[in-house]
Amino acid sequence: MIESLTDILATTVLYMTPLLLAAMGGLFSERSGVVNIGLEGLMTIGAFTAVVTTLETHNPWLGLVTAMLAGMLFSIPHAIASITFKADQVVSGVALNFLALGVAVYLVKSLYKGSGQTPDVQDVLQAMPIPGLENIPVIGPALFRAFPTTYLALIIVFIGYVVLYRTPFGMRLRAVGEHPQAAETMGVNVYRMRYTGVLISGALAGLGGASLSIAIGSQFSESTIAGQGFIALATLIFGKWHPFGVLGASTFFGFAVALALKGQLIGLTTYVPSEALNMLPYILTILALAGFVGRAEAPAAIGKTYETGGR
Amino acid sequence: MQVLSKINKQSSFFASLISVIMGLLVGGVMMILAGYNPIQAYIALFQSAFLQPFDIGETIRSITPLILTGLAVGLAFRTGLFNIGVEGQFIIGQLAAVIVAIKLDLPPVLHAIVAVIAGALGGALWAFLPGYLKAKRGVHEVITTIMMNFIALYLSNLAVTEWLTEGADKTKNVPESASLHWSFLSQMFDGSSVHFGIFIAIVAAIFMYYLLWKTTTGYQLRAVGFNPHASEYAGMNVSRNIVLSMMISGIFAGLAGASELLGTSGYQSIQASYTGIGFDGIAVSLLGGNTPFGIVLSASLFGILTYGGSNMEFVAGVPREVIRVVFAAIIFFVAANIVRWASQRRKKKKVKESNEKAVKSGD
Amino acid sequence: MDAVEMKGITKRFPGIVANDGVNLKVKQGEIHALLGENGAGKSTLMNILFGLYQPDEGKILIKGKETEITGPTVAGELGIGMVHQHFMLVDPFTVTENIILGSEPTTNGMINKRRAEKEVQAISDRYGLKVDPRAKIRDISVGMQQRVEILKTLYRGAEILIFDEPTAVLAPQEIDELIVIMENLVKEGKTIIFITHKLKEIMRICDVVTIIRQGKFIGRVEVADTDENRLASMMVGRDVSFTVDKKPAKPKDKILSIRDIRVQDSRGVDAVRGLNMEIKAGEIVGLAGVDGNGQSELIEAITGLKKVQSGEVILNGKKITNLKPKTITHSGVGHIPEDRHRRGLVLDFSIGENMVLQTFDQKPFAKGWSLQYPAIHSYAKRLIEEFDVRTPDIHTPARALSGGNQQKGIIAREVDRDPDFLIAAQPTRGLDVGAIEGIHRRLIEQRDKGKAILLMSLELEEIWQLSDHIAVIYEGKIAGWVDPASTTEEEIGLLMAGYRAGTEVTS
Repeated sequence: MIESLTDILATTVLYMTPLLLAAMGGLFSERSGVVNIGLEGLMTIGAFTAVVTTLETHNPWLGLVTAMLAGMLFSIPHAIASITFKADQVVSGVALNFLALGVAVYLVKSLYKGSGQTPDVQDVLQAMPIPGLENIPVIGPALFRAFPTTYLALIIVFIGYVVLYRTPFGMRLRAVGEHPQAAETMGVNVYRMRYTGVLISGALAGLGGASLSIAIGSQFSESTIAGQGFIALATLIFGKWHPFGVLGASTFFGFAVALALKGQLIGLTTYVPSEALNMLPYILTILALAGFVGRAEAPAAIGKTYETGGR
Repeated sequence: MQVLSKINKQSSFFASLISVIMGLLVGGVMMILAGYNPIQAYIALFQSAFLQPFDIGETIRSITPLILTGLAVGLAFRTGLFNIGVEGQFIIGQLAAVIVAIKLDLPPVLHAIVAVIAGALGGALWAFLPGYLKAKRGVHEVITTIMMNFIALYLSNLAVTEWLTEGADKTKNVPESASLHWSFLSQMFDGSSVHFGIFIAIVAAIFMYYLLWKTTTGYQLRAVGFNPHASEYAGMNVSRNIVLSMMISGIFAGLAGASELLGTSGYQSIQASYTGIGFDGIAVSLLGGNTPFGIVLSASLFGILTYGGSNMEFVAGVPREVIRVVFAAIIFFVAANIVRWASQRRKKKKVKESNEKAVKSGD
Repeated sequence: MDAVEMKGITKRFPGIVANDGVNLKVKQGEIHALLGENGAGKSTLMNILFGLYQPDEGKILIKGKETEITGPTVAGELGIGMVHQHFMLVDPFTVTENIILGSEPTTNGMINKRRAEKEVQAISDRYGLKVDPRAKIRDISVGMQQRVEILKTLYRGAEILIFDEPTAVLAPQEIDELIVIMENLVKEGKTIIFITHKLKEIMRICDVVTIIRQGKFIGRVEVADTDENRLASMMVGRDVSFTVDKKPAKPKDKILSIRDIRVQDSRGVDAVRGLNMEIKAGEIVGLAGVDGNGQSELIEAITGLKKVQSGEVILNGKKITNLKPKTITHSGVGHIPEDRHRRGLVLDFSIGENMVLQTFDQKPFAKGWSLQYPAIHSYAKRLIEEFDVRTPDIHTPARALSGGNQQKGIIAREVDRDPDFLIAAQPTRGLDVGAIEGIHRRLIEQRDKGKAILLMSLELEEIWQLSDHIAVIYEGKIAGWVDPASTTEEEIGLLMAGYRAGTEVTS
């Protein structure tokens, strides 16, 4: 029973990581006022780039870096369309998902002779036990034998919090997402802040994708991301657009996945089918939005295009 | 809502055409980058979509669900709503149709009709909640419909493994009596899998046209979509129209699901991820300018690209996913409305002046 | 020394001269009122001073030095700050965060919140602003929000503060507080330009008044040398450009009565506070008043678009309080809405479709579920001809028509339904002279046909010309009724500013 519990906790941490990274990315974009439905696509590109880089260089750390760069690169069309061209942000995000999945699978087939998936990566990231802490009963093996991407994700939550709530940059970014006119009368460049927010979301979602393909998994195919980007979006909402909220929400959603996967260990699946557990995050998100599970309040100017000097 | 009413106006035929051409160019560049010959590939694509009667039949079969999901997205757009949940409504449509098809024992034709209606109602039901939450609690439909998509996916998987079978990963085939397969039609196209669904799709397109432009309901739906404030002033019930629009949109999506299930696959299986047909509807509708005729045209283009694309992979060796990239590029170009943007830059000075005038008159 | 001198400022917009050789001379350390009616050109002049517009002619001297103010940033550097009428505040942020946004004090790259809060507190104390630096904007009163706006300019070292209609959003006691603050600011050497059309406030705190009317400089007077009556007539003037021919009204039965109604605005604050009114068939009642005194809320409440909190609206002896807009429309109310683009038309519908916006589902325009286009089209054609709506055809989108023709379309639709009671809210806003004349004739014609008409306008001239009785609204109540034939500019001006026969109207 203890072992099962440890196993479930470890699985929770495992599946929390990509959600947390991508949702932190979405946080920067949406806090600046740009909805990012394209997280799914950005994760896909990150996952793909990380695998290819690691296959070529045998260095998974380099894979993480290129995944971030590729995520940033692919967030540019979304930024241009929705900020400069004032396209509908949701439509642009949908297009980004099409684009990223298309490009990634197209390149996989082109690079690997028509195969729909990459070869297995041998040099994946290895779990990084933290000496001492890993020996704590139950939680030690679950929390302190995690992948480096998990530690990275946790560090990013704290850095994200500090940046958003303690620095001038973060305050301006949030102001732009709430009341762009006010920010502009105070001399803040609304367009530049929004571009920055979207690019950061690309980098972090790319990293999130990489954590799925070269840490949790070891290859890339069309179904590597399979909706994780959309769950990240739910994580962001359920976490009320706040770094620590997002940390809590991703832990909770990771736990739901862990229950669905490992529920049989504690006999849970005899009562509740795992598919029903899979639904839980989405049902909760709807309830949160409808105001039944604490009101989720989005940045006020989210989804609205902005024209300099417009009132 | 203002943003969406912009979508309803922006897609002229000319702008769509330019966007398609530019999208194909982007695909061409992708092919050159990966070392393929784009001209050869595009020739292979368009040829293989029309070469044999069989291929024409298959192309029509690919077009069928795209028309319906395109109509679903387009109708919601017309009322100022973004139904990104067509995918989920599609799945529930499939599920409802398969339940009626394998659980009920009805005479031929009637069985199919009941199954199709069940699919339509399933889709409408699935779209009701996001519409209701939008109208009554102001919850944005984009996020709720995304969530509803996942719930639909897992619900369908749950139903297949737990209720419709004893743990199998697909249901048994629907009986002949409920199938939309029509041998006469199939024979016309050399035994291709084209089925009765195409007629459902065409009728749905005509219905959307009739509903929106010939009925009092449509008048209200369009008025609310363009200007909810004026609609309220004129005494229309804005909330009711939002829910209604979502449900009609869901009917189209559910019909797409029923038609695919009863006509093409013949069974429901557990799915790891979406079919993507619902999301394609967004591209179809945007390119088609949210008009039924435009949607039929753009669904045809996307259907040709989809079916031709898979043959292109066999003939010219170019991965079919390049077509997804073409779709994406087309959506970007239509959404960013580059054609209008280019013409607006010239007008910009004029606009600025009229803005100043507006500010002044609000003195 | 003069803090600000604007000489011969002219600003033209397409089709209109917003400022025509306006002069403004503001001495260091004074409170200078800029007085004028809506649309007189006050905001244009101040937007030029704040760098949002560039003047076509004239020059600006700041502290005696000629300068070119190319943008708000330049204005800020020159020590000019604007307290916006519509607050530019980020709701979930704290007071301090709003104030330091864009010029945050930092230590090691982090915002030094403690230092910022201290600074804000210090400025707040110095001028008696009584602002809590740690409170969130969404939790504080409108009055305090305004003081945060003031703090924003002070934090950036503003010496010249422009207050754009600052009292429009404030409750009476908040106005008193604001006046104390303004006095403190001046004591500390700041200069204030106070945009307003409220005479009593000018008399109370200002040193000098500059009056502009219809874009032109009318005069500059010391407050000590004038009184409300003279200011009122200077502001309103009587520059009659054309007159409306009309016979004396022959009022008949009572059509509409409003009994003690209360209505809230969109923020939940009482905007109409116990208002009474009666309108008879065959007369036009003009509703005069400064913008934001409850006019819009009153009209939306009568037409069912806003909830009546208490009181009654009675039409032809029947209660129509809080009925659905549709029911109210069909029981005989026509409504030419204030904002024709937002409420009056679906701009993307054809002008033909817009003609049946309320009646599309009734015979002969619909049979059951099906729209009858032949009937709709022939009806639209008739209206367009009868009311002289200039449009290529009935299928042209309403958006493509000129403002005057859009308005004619709305009037055609509202009048042709033959309602007993017609509301015309700002019916000529933004229209050219020719169109205005036509619309005025149309309203008189409806009066003579025996309709009861409520005319709401911010143009006093328009009310004067058309109305048989004038009701002046102030802070959600009728401050007084006057007869257009015998009243004077002073009388109306004083009522609009909250005085009644020399005494203040208490609310």
